[in-house]
Amino acid sequence: MILFLGFVLTFGSSWAGLVYAPRLQLGGLDSVGEAGTAQAYPRVRTEQEERGKRVYEANGCLYCHSQQIRSTTFGNNADIARGWGRRRSVPRDYVNDQPILLGTMRTGPDLANVGQRWSADWQHKHLYNPRMMVPKSIMPSLRFLYEIRPMVDGKPSPEAIALTGAWAAEIPEGSEVIPTEDAKALVAYLLSLDQSADLPEARE
Amino acid sequence: MREMKPNAVPTAEEMRRASLERVAIDASCRRAVLTWYASAVFWLLVGSTFALLASFKMHIPDWLTESGWLTFGRVRPAHLNTVAFGWGSMAGIASAIWMMARLGRVELKYGGLLVVAAMIWNIGIAVGAGGILLGHSTSIEWLEMPRPAPIILAVSLLIVSACIFVNFTRRRERHVYVSQWYILGAMFWMPMLYITAQWLCVELPARGVVQSAVNWWFAHNVLGLWVTPMGLATAYYLIPKVIGRPVYSYYLSIIGFWSLALFYSWAGMHHLVGGPMPAWMISASIVGSMMMLVPVGAVAVNHHFTMQGHFHELKHSPTLRFVVFGAMSYTVVSVQGAFESLRQFSEVAHFTHYTIAHAHLGMYGFFTMVMFGSGYYMIPRMTGREWASNWLIRLHFWSCALGIIMYFVTLTYGGWLQGLMLINPDVKFIEIVVKLTPYLHGRSMAGCLMTFGHVVFGLSLVLNLSGVGKRFGGGR
Ligand code: HEC
Repeated sequence: MILFLGFVLTFGSSWAGLVYAPRLQLGGLDSVGEAGTAQAYPRVRTEQEERGKRVYEANGCLYCHSQQIRSTTFGNNADIARGWGRRRSVPRDYVNDQPILLGTMRTGPDLANVGQRWSADWQHKHLYNPRMMVPKSIMPSLRFLYEIRPMVDGKPSPEAIALTGAWAAEIPEGSEVIPTEDAKALVAYLLSLDQSADLPEARE
Repeated sequence: MREMKPNAVPTAEEMRRASLERVAIDASCRRAVLTWYASAVFWLLVGSTFALLASFKMHIPDWLTESGWLTFGRVRPAHLNTVAFGWGSMAGIASAIWMMARLGRVELKYGGLLVVAAMIWNIGIAVGAGGILLGHSTSIEWLEMPRPAPIILAVSLLIVSACIFVNFTRRRERHVYVSQWYILGAMFWMPMLYITAQWLCVELPARGVVQSAVNWWFAHNVLGLWVTPMGLATAYYLIPKVIGRPVYSYYLSIIGFWSLALFYSWAGMHHLVGGPMPAWMISASIVGSMMMLVPVGAVAVNHHFTMQGHFHELKHSPTLRFVVFGAMSYTVVSVQGAFESLRQFSEVAHFTHYTIAHAHLGMYGFFTMVMFGSGYYMIPRMTGREWASNWLIRLHFWSCALGIIMYFVTLTYGGWLQGLMLINPDVKFIEIVVKLTPYLHGRSMAGCLMTFGHVVFGLSLVLNLSGVGKRFGGGR
């Protein structure tokens, strides 16, 4: 009996400390009206961006990419010095994220602000084959999110991804690479990743 | 050795009766234990295949990219879930069922129900791993399996816990041995953990970073309150059993148990160090992690002094070899883990392959090796057959032992370099990627070695189950 009491107490203490207390402290956190604009921060994602987030989850980008900028006092301020963000991340940046994708691994760069760094065109080419944009990359190719199909009337469609080098030679003559809806959504999501809004609690 | 009262000298008649009792108990566990353990080994082989795929894909990024289901980001969680919940948990449950019967000195009841639970569990893992490969991962680490897999697993888990508790109340031996505390603890904590975490991460999710807190509270406690207790329970049972002498100190084992229960459960937040979390949470976890030196020290001293003067027996008993390797890894991995939680240490090690190496030393070097040892001890008592070939056992041991050592050394070193470069903003990111690649190759080679060992073990097990091997004289 004492054994079970002990089980409950030890378990209960960590539950209270690490689950219940943070809920009390942070569970009510909400977006704020962004200084100077009518828009709230963080804004609610569009339907397409939400779908893109699901593609990100389904394909495990999390296992190589984090989405969090650490404080200037942590790790030689490397996160900010690398240009991954202008300020540290704070709990409010994530209030709309379900599930939250902080990540625990940096085989690839942090993506908390990747929306500021690259265009949609670059993102598509990079996802189709990362080595087309970054020759020594070890990021997996996500070409299953793209469709290779014959050109209509021999002309490339406006959506087509312009391949270069060996990758252009790989696909059959007269065909083109078109992003699927999933690919477009994923890129929309990546472009939406941006924590540059100034939050008082993020100032150091 | 007799079960509980090591000091009394038994008469020949008592010995004979105890031996008959053990034969009867082993027979009562036969179907349940074999079902759980054989399923575990099946998932070990499946999980190793995913592991190799993921490992090779990391340095051959254009391999198998035509379709989504084999992309790195799906194979990687498929690996984790099949080995942690398929192999690890099932092997642990098999050992727990048997040890509880042996230590309670009572034949297992509800063995049939436990067989059904194993089937349910298998379905859960298959549905979960399949769902991940089909692109339904929740992307919450350690909780990736999509619905309905968690519900299936929770049902099975509740059945298992209930059976273990009911059997415990029927025990004939009054004295409760340290292994029983660990198993009862694990069986009590895991369902609560799993259900709370599913609830607050998936069903009715907590908002924002609170979810991360729940996530790592869970993920770390799977190790601390489920995997570790079952591994330690097995080590505490088998080491004295094989060398035929009682555990060195009863008091040390009490201290070890309660300090583990208290401190380990607080340790999870260091996975979020530096992140957007209130500082007090990380600090609490760092304290919890450092305090872990207490239980670890207690267990290490206890096992060392139990073994003292018996180290030569490692040569003869495969069980002992595996379990002692595991117990030593436990000490190393826990001391490492305590220091890893420190902020200065994390500034380098966090976000790198150093952590992956650490995780494998725990889940593999410690837990998996102990579970191999437990299989080598239990299975012949269940099937009535000796292992067909000592040579296969040796091959298994050495390929897994060298494999995990190579794995650990390679990734620890590579990960540390990676970490030093990551916090030096003058090193371009792509340079880090390039410098890390040789270590990723090293990991793949180590993985091949370990997988080879698993195939050998699988072969041994199949031979044993199909009745190849000398008859085993039971009762020991
Ligand atoms: C095996 C690890 C791995 C996985 C999985 C992975 N990446 Fe990457 N990613 C990298 C590496 C390494 C780089 C750096 C080299 C490069 O730019 O290609 C990178 C770079 C990137 C970049 C460019 C970042 C920058 O600032 O230059 C983006 C965007 C990106 N990845 C998105 C994704 C998405 C989306 C997914 C999931 C579909 C994903 N990655 C999955 C390893 C990975």
